[in-house]
Amino acid sequence: MVLDIYGFYDKMEQNNIMLSFKGDITSDLLTSILQIMEAKLDNFQEEPKIKKKVYNVLVECLQNLYHHMDESSPTNDEKVRSAIFMIGKMDTYYNIITGNYIKNENIPNLKKLLDSINMLSKEELKEYYKEVLNNGEMSLKGGGGLGMIDIARKTGGKLNFDFTPVDQKYSFFSLNINISQ
Amino acid sequence: MEAISIEGTPKTPTVNFDTEKGFLEIKGRSIPENSIEFYKPIVDLLERYATKPQPTTNVNIQLEYFNTSSSKCILDVFKKLEGINKNGSKVVINWYYEEDDEDMLEAGEDYQAIINVPFKMVQVVD
Repeated sequence: MVLDIYGFYDKMEQNNIMLSFKGDITSDLLTSILQIMEAKLDNFQEEPKIKKKVYNVLVECLQNLYHHMDESSPTNDEKVRSAIFMIGKMDTYYNIITGNYIKNENIPNLKKLLDSINMLSKEELKEYYKEVLNNGEMSLKGGGGLGMIDIARKTGGKLNFDFTPVDQKYSFFSLNINISQ
Repeated sequence: MEAISIEGTPKTPTVNFDTEKGFLEIKGRSIPENSIEFYKPIVDLLERYATKPQPTTNVNIQLEYFNTSSSKCILDVFKKLEGINKNGSKVVINWYYEEDDEDMLEAGEDYQAIINVPFKMVQVVD
């Protein structure tokens, strides 16, 4: 089979993807990606307010992936440590898409968290954030759902997500976030 | 007297804690993947400082970015300061935010609502 690299390119071009990555998510990788993205945002001469928002949301999205990798290793299959993310710039908004494997048994809790966040108003999100910050159980890696609440607060939009079944053990979790310009 | 002086990196803030002057500042970026490790020395020194604090303690927080992993650690720092404020040292937390950075102002207000220490919101104009 010959890989249709032009097909990939064209699809990414059509979707205005400016940066994408598939593979193991490491701390060094995130440092580099954030540096590249910051330079790109500067090049676009984006308003400081928007630049900060995009950067902040990107940090939370990518660190979500990183922490998830951490949990999956090292006993699990190699493929489970792999994730994907894409960052696109449309005419009126930035688009951050992430995807990673998730154990089927962990889907109900994550779905419940995301559904409940999506039902809250701006004011309710603020209260929920403070509640989790002050009383929530945080693991050593952060978490406690604070990242997802923060993304919802900063974007002011819904968290679009999906679970694609893979096999008996795993599904592929995708999160699609828009940040208005 | 003990002190902390840490230079900032792309993912961690500049920290200066002078126990003799009763002055703590955290500025720059705080977006490490694991924040607990970074903040532990600060929280530990605050705990020792709490046994013999200066009459006044001034705290400057001037962050450009911080992630949710840091937000809990920053709250831990503020909770230590809350205890110090209760036990005789007059603590003031100055929370700096840039003129158009509503998210950073709101983050300061979140802490202000949780922590019982005088907070001053200080707008930085470019």
